[in-house]
Amino acid sequence: MSDPAAQNPAAQNPAAQDPAADDPIVFEQLLRLQAAREQRRDRMRRTGRQVVVLAAFICLLGLAYSAYKVVGTAIDDAQSGWPVIGSILPESDDLKMPPVLDIVSGVFEEPRGTGEPFWSIVGKEAAFTLREAAVGFAIGVLVGLSIAIALTTSRHLERALVPYVIASQTIPLIAIAPIIVIWGRKSFDFLPFEWQDWMSVSIIATYLTFFPVTINGLRGLQSPRSENLELMDSYAARWGQTLWRLRLPASLPYLFAAFKIAATASVVGAIVGEISAGVKGGLGRRVLLEAQRYTTGPERLYVAVLGAAALGIFVFAVISSIEYTLIGRKGRETVT
Amino acid sequence: MNETGTAAGTPPVAVEIRGASKIFNTGRHNEVKALEDIELHIDRGDFVTLIGPSGCGKSTLLRLIAALVDANEGTVLVNGKTADRARLDRDYSMVFQRAGLFDWRNVSRNIELPLELMGWKAADRRRRAAEMLELVKLTEFARHHPAELSGGMQQRIAIARAMSFHPQLLLMDEPFGALDEMTREHMQNELLRIWSETQITVVFVTHSIPEAVFLSTRVAVMSPRPGRIAAIIDNDLGPRNEATRDDPAFFANVTAVRDALRGGHSP
Repeated sequence: MSDPAAQNPAAQNPAAQDPAADDPIVFEQLLRLQAAREQRRDRMRRTGRQVVVLAAFICLLGLAYSAYKVVGTAIDDAQSGWPVIGSILPESDDLKMPPVLDIVSGVFEEPRGTGEPFWSIVGKEAAFTLREAAVGFAIGVLVGLSIAIALTTSRHLERALVPYVIASQTIPLIAIAPIIVIWGRKSFDFLPFEWQDWMSVSIIATYLTFFPVTINGLRGLQSPRSENLELMDSYAARWGQTLWRLRLPASLPYLFAAFKIAATASVVGAIVGEISAGVKGGLGRRVLLEAQRYTTGPERLYVAVLGAAALGIFVFAVISSIEYTLIGRKGRETVT
Repeated sequence: MNETGTAAGTPPVAVEIRGASKIFNTGRHNEVKALEDIELHIDRGDFVTLIGPSGCGKSTLLRLIAALVDANEGTVLVNGKTADRARLDRDYSMVFQRAGLFDWRNVSRNIELPLELMGWKAADRRRRAAEMLELVKLTEFARHHPAELSGGMQQRIAIARAMSFHPQLLLMDEPFGALDEMTREHMQNELLRIWSETQITVVFVTHSIPEAVFLSTRVAVMSPRPGRIAAIIDNDLGPRNEATRDDPAFFANVTAVRDALRGGHSP
């Protein structure tokens, strides 16, 4: 790493300092190393930039929201006798669109009879939903990857089963959620623990999660070039060795793309599952509740929805950082 | 078991092919006769190139020896066993046109790959990888990742990986085909050095006449549709060096191979 010639490729002749550089290829190599190192530094900067961009985006969104309220209210006031604009655009009064400051203070207020700031309540519910989503995600990844690996073994199997995998996603989640909860309420005596409703919600989240993992996983597992597969055959590698040492590592970029989709989908699945199954304790229930008592505190619904969004961003960020540590810094996509 | 080196008892013939034919997509509308009635004997320590125009089946012939493709007719023996037995015994190693290094492994771990598959212990693997890096003169790049290396270096790592378990036979499928001319000549010199240092048998597919003549002890000239061996030219130029490329004997053999290739085209 601390190769002096690599640090300064402009030094007239790295070949003079490096014993291996009597070889013309090595000279070129020193330049390449420099480029690769710079690219890695760029990657770090990019992560920092992403955080700044996200914060700026949130601020901008709040600003646009407020600006719309100001303009919309002005139009409403000025054109009370001519309600065309008012009828096209959403109304912007404080009940329909609570001011940003109300929403911010709604985060910290204690709803009557709770003795607890609202952010803490929503936070606990987000944690509850996160557990459902995480369990659903984990099962979904296991199931999705198992299906993908099974489909890799035979082209015929792939052609026969992939249409059904796709068809599974055309069934609306809201339609099957109650069914899954009803199944869950039967007692599963063979289980070492008692089945609870949140586990049914996890199964619902699984239903959304496994799909991207299967589809992308299949693409990833099939991504090695035929030469790489021939190489493994030429070493008389067993099927499992080829899977573990070639197919799975090669599919990681594909899998992580799927994990990011699947993680956010698992949150969506958990919230929708909670709502349609009537499970208490999570964000879905909170959104439903705040919608019912909207007139007494509209900002609370907004806070609940923002909490759900934050949860989605959180799981996405977790997967992204795992991806970064696993495959991000190995100099792939640098120079070839 | 791990040390497969050239035992005294092994037969002097490395590869023996008798009456081998290969048909792809048998019985379908796109049936192709890739190889017909191939006869080829390769002695231990030989460096044989297979040369011919695109589609003459030279890569298929190499894969027949590697048992990556099965012959429809005839026999293919490697070290006196069936080709597939030799594959399972890891008697040979293969190098492809693309280096095909795993970009999630560093250079050293790439070289260790076949040793891992064979169940070697980590310390032994590391030691062997270091030896191999010395062989291809890239010791200081052990910890680098393939994406950081130039094409020529990647191909040298691929050769190191192929040689790591001391196979008796090296099968190379246009290994320098994707390299620029300068790098290619450099790699040819390196390969000849490795070949003379290790006494390995090499079967080398190329479509470059000078490359074939510079490298090999014998040149098998192939003709297309269906692929056959049109001629086998003895190419005894003695030990090679840069001067060999300007040697009249070198040019004479280049001409001989070219004539043989033309003969294959228009009888």
